[in-house]
Amino acid sequence: MLTKRIIACLDVDAGRVVKGVRFRNLQDAGDPAECAASHASSGADEIVLLDISATSGDREIMLEVVRRTARSLFIPFTVGGGIRKLADAAAVFEAGAEKVAINSAAVKNPELITEIAGRFGSQAVVVAIDAKRTAKGFEVFVAGGRVATGRDAIAWAREAADRGAGEILLTSMDRDGTKCGFDCELTREVADAVSIPVIASGGAGSAADFVEVFRSGRAHAALAASIFHFGLEGLAALKQDLKQAGIPVRWPC
Amino acid sequence: MIAIVDYGAGNLASVRKAFGHLGAETVATNRADILAAAQKIVLPGVGHFSTLSALELGGLRSLLLGSIRAGKPFLGICLGMQWLFEGSEECPEVAGASFFRGDCRKFPPSVQSPHVGWNSLDVRNSSRLLKGIAETPFVYYTHSFYAPLVGPTAARSEYGLPFTGAVEQSNVFGVQFHPEKSGDVGLQILKNFCEVR
Repeated sequence: MLTKRIIACLDVDAGRVVKGVRFRNLQDAGDPAECAASHASSGADEIVLLDISATSGDREIMLEVVRRTARSLFIPFTVGGGIRKLADAAAVFEAGAEKVAINSAAVKNPELITEIAGRFGSQAVVVAIDAKRTAKGFEVFVAGGRVATGRDAIAWAREAADRGAGEILLTSMDRDGTKCGFDCELTREVADAVSIPVIASGGAGSAADFVEVFRSGRAHAALAASIFHFGLEGLAALKQDLKQAGIPVRWPC
Repeated sequence: MIAIVDYGAGNLASVRKAFGHLGAETVATNRADILAAAQKIVLPGVGHFSTLSALELGGLRSLLLGSIRAGKPFLGICLGMQWLFEGSEECPEVAGASFFRGDCRKFPPSVQSPHVGWNSLDVRNSSRLLKGIAETPFVYYTHSFYAPLVGPTAARSEYGLPFTGAVEQSNVFGVQFHPEKSGDVGLQILKNFCEVR
């Protein structure tokens, strides 16, 4: 039976994993390679590494982090942040990632989705969408959530899928960092609009939140960052809770 | 030396990394002399079945067919496994190797396509490739077309219908899932392939 994926996300700034609420009050949460390995051994189905560095000049540092993290990681590994052109994606694959997540660059140049998918396959392209409830409905924001685009998140997800995206990583900006549950309405609307998998993100606080986003949100996967750091909630415990609630998960693993 | 066929179908880094972790030496190549000299051959591949048409260039296809017939251990991964069948409705113009009967087909409309994620694997006991893996193994899939169940099917998964997850017959092995991304289970499978004689 196909299981629901639990994805651990590492936000990386200047080569270190950081944790904060809405990109503020960042605290050091460790070395990316060590964090990824420990999440993988606790039962994470996948690792996403997002480069949130304020300065974009340090691609080489980032690639070195990807290389080190990938070296002993044998589960799917996605890297996002600062990927603006095909060559950036190629460098990340060369460093050992299997998928790239593209966000602002895809909104600015949707052809980038098709280009990367054409060269590396759709399964390698995750389009990340940051959505927020506004007067326009669910609106797409870019540049780390700072810039409104006026675009509808559901329509953009559909377009991204049509252009060759393999998965959608959907973050609710309203819920991000709040730990008060995923935005299941947003997730369901996008999941119903596309045939590719939708990864729900933003708001994970408890096992019940995951159950809800898999059931009523129809998410294929759910991603969380902060609840997996500092041992606040063990991944293994989460998976056991999900299994007990009747959600198919990869456990034991 | 294990030769990983490089025919322009995406990213070979993960497969090489996994073999390297197991202490196996690999070379990514499309050169006939290197493929001929290698002890084993891995045919990876992602994406569209039409990508396999690149094997026609430089006589790669007939070279691979010849190596397999000569008994060289061969592992097809994902699209590389599908190639071992007769063909795929994804691209009927491109012929498969026809080592196994049947065509690859699109998943039925009752399920969403692509099939992405960790699925359970129902293993036939006699498999050499899958020996020693966990009792309830999960493996990572990402594909839109599936290969049918055949006599040599070594393991099946279910997604709307049962399909071939792994296939094996003497020196010919194929896996639809990605062992290089399937954690300890996947590494054990690659290790088993390394140990095939």
